[in-house]
Amino acid sequence: MKILVPIKRVVDFNVKVRVKPDGSGVDTANVKMSMNPFDEIAVEEAVRLKERGVATEVVAVSCGVAACQETLRTALAIGADRAILVQADGELEPLAVAKLVAAVAKKEAPQLVILGKQAIDDDANQVGQMVAALLDWPQATFASKVEVAGGKATVKREVDGGLETVELELPAVITTDLRLNEPRYATLPNIMKAKKKPLETLDPAGLGVDVSPRLSTLKVAEPPARKGGGKVADVAELVAKLRNEAKVLP
Amino acid sequence: MILVLAEHDHASIKSATHHAVTAAAKLGGPVHVLVAGHDAAGAAKGAASIAGVAKVLHADAPHLASPTAENLAAQVLAVAPSGYTHLVAPATGQGKNVMPRVAAKLDVAQVSEITAVVSADTFVRPIYAGNAFATVRSGDRVKVLTVRGTAFDAAAGGGAAPVEAVPVAPAVTRGAVVTGQELTKSERPELVGARIVISGGRGLGSGENYRKLLEPLADRLNAALGASRAAVDAGYVPNDYQVGQTGKIVAPELYIAVGISGAIQHLAGMKDSKVIVAINKDAEAPIFQIADYGLVGDLFEILPALTAALPAR
Repeated sequence: MKILVPIKRVVDFNVKVRVKPDGSGVDTANVKMSMNPFDEIAVEEAVRLKERGVATEVVAVSCGVAACQETLRTALAIGADRAILVQADGELEPLAVAKLVAAVAKKEAPQLVILGKQAIDDDANQVGQMVAALLDWPQATFASKVEVAGGKATVKREVDGGLETVELELPAVITTDLRLNEPRYATLPNIMKAKKKPLETLDPAGLGVDVSPRLSTLKVAEPPARKGGGKVADVAELVAKLRNEAKVLP
Repeated sequence: MILVLAEHDHASIKSATHHAVTAAAKLGGPVHVLVAGHDAAGAAKGAASIAGVAKVLHADAPHLASPTAENLAAQVLAVAPSGYTHLVAPATGQGKNVMPRVAAKLDVAQVSEITAVVSADTFVRPIYAGNAFATVRSGDRVKVLTVRGTAFDAAAGGGAAPVEAVPVAPAVTRGAVVTGQELTKSERPELVGARIVISGGRGLGSGENYRKLLEPLADRLNAALGASRAAVDAGYVPNDYQVGQTGKIVAPELYIAVGISGAIQHLAGMKDSKVIVAINKDAEAPIFQIADYGLVGDLFEILPALTAALPAR
């Protein structure tokens, strides 16, 4: 069984992004880039399924600029077997990425597509669901536990009221939540090995996908600043302030 | 015309729907609400009573009892062609699960978690965990939107829209099947929409401490209980307690953060609260930078004292 893992290169989660003074976007020049943390969980899950003997091959795919190769090498170092870069220079919206991933899935015919539930840059939370829709495959979003056996995946999902268990007939799409696993650190020998693993480059036109944007960003702004930093000395002062100043307690 | 996918539990309509209706009403055009469920007449009636709703579409079938994304999306797509310019859902677990499927099937973009409507085709949405807000214009013929509830007031009640039964889309054959649910039972207000929220973090040290210290305070304030990711990861409380970028987004009148340091991802879920109280022993914790009232000290002493200082309900 083959697993396809789409991954995204994003600004590292530790970086505090800054809005460009001209309001055209956030400043991503000279900023540390990493694999989207949810996608790292997806790679880890796929590699574990391979280590358990459930999967035979893990293929990582990333859509974007040439530098996404670094992100793909990280996936290979975690344990993916090979990588595909769908190279595109402009900004790709979730629908475009979903179409590219669906096109790669048609070519590769995996039984599972596992990817992060959202990317921490645009916070869109769309690609997995869109891939499932485009392929007409069942989906399980926000997975916190995945078991695969007998042509089926059983997935525990994090929902608003708690947890929900769903069964999916394969092929299917799964998106990962935070508690699915804790990704391993790539070891130096594995980082070295990853450099020799195959990495193929495709382009949107070759996949027959039109990636032209549907949205235009008119402006990017800082959030309104919150005036915090007030302190109280003790419980009595806190309760008095909440009652008399903030008026949120009776 | 605008279609809002209702959030409900079949018997009644959930407040997330009221917030989404307020956003929908800003788009221009009559607002219809789709209630897809099973034995959901109660929810349909609830939707009909939301002020500003022109019509309720009610799809009722056994396969919509525990609706999957596949079946809900099919139901939305079944009614979508009757002239809707906007398909809207609250940005809840359900809305996030369903709407991108709808958008992909219609070959249109989705604009996620909008926090403001600038015009019928232009919306504001948070990116980078709310550290920036993008104003985006959609050029698609149909706009698919999810709405961040905290950014829009709840629509009032008192409406009396007609309820129309609509044909049920057949169950999707290649779809997920729900086989089980473990839902957190609580007598407390729901986290999203509560007037007061008390959240605990790793500073509490254990699930036992979380319950021992926060529950009595929550009882006195009739507050909902939440948690930081760290507390959920450590197993103090179930996943549905999580407040943050990827958990629940809340904006109560009063938010009390106990033993929470204030990672960006947590702040993204609560920094629009009206009044923020932070209780933490580390005076340098980032949570204090956004708190209106910070109290530096040992939460194991402060919490019992705070609870004792408030009248029992």
